[in-house]
Amino acid sequence: MDIDKKLVKKIATLSRVKIEEKEVERISKDLSKIITWVEKLNEVDTKDVTPVANPSDIKIPFRKDEINDGKIEDKILKNAPEKKAGYFVVPKVVE
Amino acid sequence: MDLKNISLEECLKLLKEKKISSKELTTFYLKEAEANKDLNAYISLNSVNAIKSAEESDKRISANTSRPLEGIPIAIKDLFCTKDVSTTAASKMLNNFKPTYESTVTQNLWDAGAILLGKTNLDEFAMGSSNETSFFGASINPWSKSNKKYVPGGSSGGSAAAVSGNIAIAATGTDTGGSIRQPASYCGIVGLKPTYGRCSRWGIVSFASSLDQAGPMTKTVNDAALMLDVMAGYDKKDSTSANLEKTNFYKNLKDKKKLRIGIPKQYKNDQLNDEIIKLWDLGIEYFKKNNCEVVEIDLPHTEYALATYYIISSAEASSNLARYDGIRYGLRNNSENINDLYENTRSEGFGEEVKRRIMIGTYVLSAGYYDAYYLKAQKVRSKIINDFKKAFEKVDIIFTPTAPSDAFEQGSKIDDPIQMYLNDVFTVPVSLAGLPAISIPMGLSSNNLPLGFQIIGKSFNEDSVFKAAKIIEENSNFKKEDKK
Repeated sequence: MDIDKKLVKKIATLSRVKIEEKEVERISKDLSKIITWVEKLNEVDTKDVTPVANPSDIKIPFRKDEINDGKIEDKILKNAPEKKAGYFVVPKVVE
Repeated sequence: MDLKNISLEECLKLLKEKKISSKELTTFYLKEAEANKDLNAYISLNSVNAIKSAEESDKRISANTSRPLEGIPIAIKDLFCTKDVSTTAASKMLNNFKPTYESTVTQNLWDAGAILLGKTNLDEFAMGSSNETSFFGASINPWSKSNKKYVPGGSSGGSAAAVSGNIAIAATGTDTGGSIRQPASYCGIVGLKPTYGRCSRWGIVSFASSLDQAGPMTKTVNDAALMLDVMAGYDKKDSTSANLEKTNFYKNLKDKKKLRIGIPKQYKNDQLNDEIIKLWDLGIEYFKKNNCEVVEIDLPHTEYALATYYIISSAEASSNLARYDGIRYGLRNNSENINDLYENTRSEGFGEEVKRRIMIGTYVLSAGYYDAYYLKAQKVRSKIINDFKKAFEKVDIIFTPTAPSDAFEQGSKIDDPIQMYLNDVFTVPVSLAGLPAISIPMGLSSNNLPLGFQIIGKSFNEDSVFKAAKIIEENSNFKKEDKK
């Protein structure tokens, strides 16, 4: 499938990656090539095949939903680029 | 005493017999690492704290309270979170990141007395097969010639270069589609990807969670077994971690076992050059000489593995890497508007290949395309897993080349993503099936570069993988001294 310039811009927005206008054409070519290459899978008959998300046969266990730590605000905020009074700081979101 | 060409097993013996102290050993390797900075194998060295830990280990050795890897300095791929020690994933995004916690695998190593020597270079977020996508510059294959620089492979290229270049005794790596095995092959060392679920993924920077697995990169098969015994184990913090008995890979290596070896006919394709086919046949002879039965097997969906892998791994990566938003940790490119902040941060923080994979992943997961790409790939993955299940009804081990070539020159493939992806043609099917596989050096190419071969085992049957690898190791005449 051809990933045209319009679709490239849409994917970039969904990916939250800013791309320059001058890059759009190159990315369009790159992605089109890769997507066309993976379309080889259409040759495989997968009717009635169950999709696999986890290669292991081990069943993923449930655990009780209970608190097992806490009071680690300082640790959580330690690597924050901007913080104030125990919170992460972000630009104003609500007008 | 030649500390340079020493194996982990030999180091343990020397330490135990008090012929050397951990402090001497650690100091030696820190110096060697400094002296070989041109390899760019390390992103950071743990100079001060490594010496302190070595002194602690020496006290334990004196007091006869040694643990299994007491006093051994080890290189850690810079994808494992290490508490209060910079963990970058070789990305500008995490250049300033110091985790407040320790990954389970590294914690297991420290609890066994091992010492953090330094953090090794990799492709950014483990996405690459040449180490060239690292924000800190590419690591170099120690087998490079004076006039030609070869890649060490990727993504665990720094770990492979460090072990091969004798600036680490052993290292950890992670493997998503071949990231331990392919660099091990290119650098002439041993690299094992354990069964999915064998080692905890907790605290390893995530790339593709249904594929990522940590493993050892060492000079010998015995060393890999020694390392894996410590690294492996159940961890309730990783929901896909396998709750199995404590492993005894090293101890079990002594028992000989007759193995049935499978050779997949689909792997003998036209693109393979003669020298690899010749070495492959030689390996088959080694197995036969050791009373192993060798049979041809069928893995009919092999040719679809790469496409399946690139859909699934990119989809999972796009989801995993959504966390890098400039808010909670990592790089931030400030902006008045929240969406601009996200976009500017991610554009500045991620390199080309990472952005490419995020975009591919976002596309194959997006509304209208999900079924055609992602769901389709998950179904083909099921067929690939079934191929292996069927093959393993007939054999204990599958024997193949690790990569379709020896190490390539720096810069020769970086502009063509698909050419780069093709390096993983023999390692990716194994990853999709979550099986254990080792790369073991077999010989040299006409370019005087190492060639490794892959031994694949049944799920959670690393024991047989180690035993088969031992046969190759003992019979092949691969010598590190041939490095020129």
